[in-house]
Amino acid sequence: MAESNRPLARLLFWLDRLTPALAFVVLLVVWEFSTRLFAIPSFLLPAPSRIVGDAFQVDAGIWLGHIQSTLRVALIGYAVSILIGIPLAIGLAKSRFLSRTLYPMLVVVQSTPIVAVAPIIVVTLGSGDMPRVVITFLITFFPIVVSTTTGLMATPPELIELSRSLRAGAFREVMQIRLPYALPYIFSALKISTTLAVIGAVVAEFVAAEKGLGFYIAFSTSFFKIPQAFAGLVCLVAISLILFRAVGYIQKRFVPWSLPKTER
Amino acid sequence: MQHSPVSIAFDGVGQVFTGNDGKPIQALADLSFSIRHHEFVSVLGPSGCGKSTLLRLTAGLILPSSGAVSVFGLTVTEPRDDVGIVFQSPTLLPWYNVLDNVTFPMRHKYGRVLAEDVARAQALLALVGLKDFAQKRVGELSGGMQQRVGIARALLLDPDILLMDEPFSALDALTRDEMSFELLRIWHERPKTVLFITHSIPEALLLSDRILVMSARPGRIAEEIVLPFERPRTMATLSDPRFTALANHIRHTLFHKPEAA
Repeated sequence: MAESNRPLARLLFWLDRLTPALAFVVLLVVWEFSTRLFAIPSFLLPAPSRIVGDAFQVDAGIWLGHIQSTLRVALIGYAVSILIGIPLAIGLAKSRFLSRTLYPMLVVVQSTPIVAVAPIIVVTLGSGDMPRVVITFLITFFPIVVSTTTGLMATPPELIELSRSLRAGAFREVMQIRLPYALPYIFSALKISTTLAVIGAVVAEFVAAEKGLGFYIAFSTSFFKIPQAFAGLVCLVAISLILFRAVGYIQKRFVPWSLPKTER
Repeated sequence: MQHSPVSIAFDGVGQVFTGNDGKPIQALADLSFSIRHHEFVSVLGPSGCGKSTLLRLTAGLILPSSGAVSVFGLTVTEPRDDVGIVFQSPTLLPWYNVLDNVTFPMRHKYGRVLAEDVARAQALLALVGLKDFAQKRVGELSGGMQQRVGIARALLLDPDILLMDEPFSALDALTRDEMSFELLRIWHERPKTVLFITHSIPEALLLSDRILVMSARPGRIAEEIVLPFERPRTMATLSDPRFTALANHIRHTLFHKPEAA
């Protein structure tokens, strides 16, 4: 009985695994055929085949230049967020004074729509990578600060008592107990922030840039080259996904204990 | 034993906390007792009687509101090196393996772990019955095994005094019994002054030389019981008629005296 069911079970197993990919393929097929069937003009909604075709009409070097520019701003902004966000979180977690003074300001900054501030930042900081990095930083750093602070405060009180009973000092308490304990929290923020970093870079490029995928999309749209704009969008999604997966891989590879048991 | 020096002494200790509503809460009131060198004393009482406060006062993690706590004749003003603590939950570090958890006090206190510390940790792991588990991740261990690691960690700096805060209360009943006998064996091999906090009457009876029975809010010593059972304690101790009689007596003290007072 079990023997005769095996091929069927295997088929169901693979169907289950491939369901997300299949759903995606079905969506593309429906998209392709409905644009043809209803003769939707390509400047309203280009067919997937048209997007791919137009994308290849653009020189690969140009694509790489835009991708590199966006990726550089996103990664620098992301790195700055981590380098400033984590020490800031330590300060907020350890000092009541800092959390009473700085935290309200951080909330105000977070409540400001960064997209609206972007043009002002560009005027203030001029051209170059600097304003773009700052905009990316402003969008990415808040989740990192909040998650890290939460993680630092979530350390079991008994471990803090162990540290105090050994009179190890505040520095070792943070470095050897609190910070490692916060890693699961930090990594979830780092994953969210990859997407935010790409958003930040694109917003900055919309406002002022002569390079990058955000600039390319805005530029293509203004000339009604919608299929190429869509191709730029596909690149952005790909970058976001790759960065997200890269952080996930680093977590799995170097700090597997910080993952829930089912994901190790 | 009668002439052994005093390890821990409480002299008129009171402890007042500020509650969430801002009102003071008297956790302990005028507590006086002393524990002799290498004596095993259990503090037994209901939840909220201040047993854990008593342990933290001894550890120097908190200071008394009134009176004085002294260890080896010196007033406790901060945590001391010669006191080891085993907590209610094992509180191991999941990013380290078992051995690194045991050597953690060295890494944390001095910033380095020497070969001799590793050797000492391995000897302690053998003592607590985890010789072959040194390289295991702590997540792979059962609750009882994790608490064995917690005991080994507390013994690493070779403290004279071991403070245990309901160390087996999170374990299932069978593991709990097993761990009690294990603790007796370990204590026999490495004699220490032990202050053992518990709310289990059989556990206190089996392990201790003396039991301090506490009443709730404010925490006071309701009764002091010196146990008559000879050592080493065995399974037979559990079926000693005096064991049952004392258990009943303590239950009576815990459940009836507060109403009479």
